[in-house]
Amino acid sequence: MNFGKELYRGIIKENPTLVLLLGMCPTLAMSNSVTNAVGMGIAAAVVLIGSNAVISLIKNITPDKVRIPVFIVVIATFVTITDLVMEAYTPDLHKQMGIFIPLIVVNCIILGRAEAFAQKNGFAASVVDGIVIGIGFTVGITVLASIRELLGAGSIFGVIKLVPEGSSTILMFVLPPGAFISLGFLIAAVNKFVKKKS
Amino acid sequence: MEFIIIIIGAIFVNNIVFLQFLGICPFLGVSTRLSTATGMAAAVVFVMTLATLVTYLFQVLLLVPLDIQFMQTIVYILVIAALVQMVEIILKKVSQPLYQALGVYLPLITTNCTILGVALLVIRKNYTLVQSVVFAIATAIGFGLALIIFAGIREKMDLYDIPEAMKGAPIALVTAGLLSLAFMGFAGMV
Repeated sequence: MNFGKELYRGIIKENPTLVLLLGMCPTLAMSNSVTNAVGMGIAAAVVLIGSNAVISLIKNITPDKVRIPVFIVVIATFVTITDLVMEAYTPDLHKQMGIFIPLIVVNCIILGRAEAFAQKNGFAASVVDGIVIGIGFTVGITVLASIRELLGAGSIFGVIKLVPEGSSTILMFVLPPGAFISLGFLIAAVNKFVKKKS
Repeated sequence: MEFIIIIIGAIFVNNIVFLQFLGICPFLGVSTRLSTATGMAAAVVFVMTLATLVTYLFQVLLLVPLDIQFMQTIVYILVIAALVQMVEIILKKVSQPLYQALGVYLPLITTNCTILGVALLVIRKNYTLVQSVVFAIATAIGFGLALIIFAGIREKMDLYDIPEAMKGAPIALVTAGLLSLAFMGFAGMV
C-alpha cells in the first residue's frame, strides 16, 4: 500500500465533496469561514478514522442483518466524543458549528466508507482510508471556504486581510446563496479539469 | 400569533433547504421529477412530525430525568431509525395505497439530516411540545415547498443547452443559490 497514492485518491480522484458529491450539507453550511471549514473537516475526519478503525475490528462478529444499526451506533459514539471534546477545548467553534456536530452522524461520507470499505478491509487499510478520505473532505470544504471568505469578507482565517480596509466586498458569498453558487462553479471546474484526466 | 410566527419563520424566513442547508442530498437527488418530489415531500412531512414528537418525549421523559443528555445523538438516531422502520411495516399492513405512495421514500429518510436536525433544533430552541410539533410540520412543509419549486425548474431545465461541465449537480447548485437569494427576501418578515 502506497500512502502517497492513497492520498492522491482521497484528495483528487475520489474527493468526497467535489467528485463524489457526498456530505453536501456540512460542506455548504460550514464553508462560511475558513476557520469553521477546517474545524468541520477535522471533526468529521476524526469521526471517520475512529469509526473506520472500530468497524474494521468488529466486522467479523457483526451479524450481516444488523450491520447498519451497529455502524450507526459506532459512528454516533465517536460523534458524541468529538462533540464533548470540542465543547471543552474549542467552545467558540463548538458554538459556531451548532447542530452540525451531532449531524456528522448522518453524514453520508462516514456511513458510506463504513459500508464500502471498512467492513471489507483490515484495520490498517481502514485507518489509512479514514485518514485520506478525511483529508480529502477537509481539503474540499477548505477550498470552498477560502473562495467564499475571500470574496465575501476579503480575508482568510478571519485575520489575514487581503482587501484594503474600507473597501466593499461581495457580502453575498458568505451568506447562504454564495455557498450554493460557489460550490456549483467549483464542482463544474473540477468536472472540466480534474475528471477528464482520470 | 405565536404559532403563526413559528410557521412563517420555518417555511420562508429560515427555509431549511435554502437558508439552513439541511437535507441537500434528497433535495438534489429526488428533485428531477415533480411527481417524485411530491411523494418525497409528503413522506418527509409525515416522518418529521412523528419523529420530532417521539424524540421530544424521549428527551423529556428519559434523557432529562436520568441526566444523560450527552446520549442525545445516539438515542435520537436510533429512535428515528427504528421509527422509520416501524412506520414502513405499519403502513404496509394498514394502508396499501399510502404505502405504495410513500414506501420507496421511507428508507431514504433515515439518513435525511433534516429529521435529526429538526429533532435537535427544537430542543436547542427550548420549544414546548406543541410548539415543537408545529415547528416540525412547518419545517417539513418548507422542505416540500423547496423540493417542489426546484423540481418544477429542473424539469424545464432538461430542455436547455447547458455546458458539459455544468450538467447535473453544478447547475442544480447554482439554481439553488438563486432560489436561496430569493428566499433571503423574506428575511426580517418575523
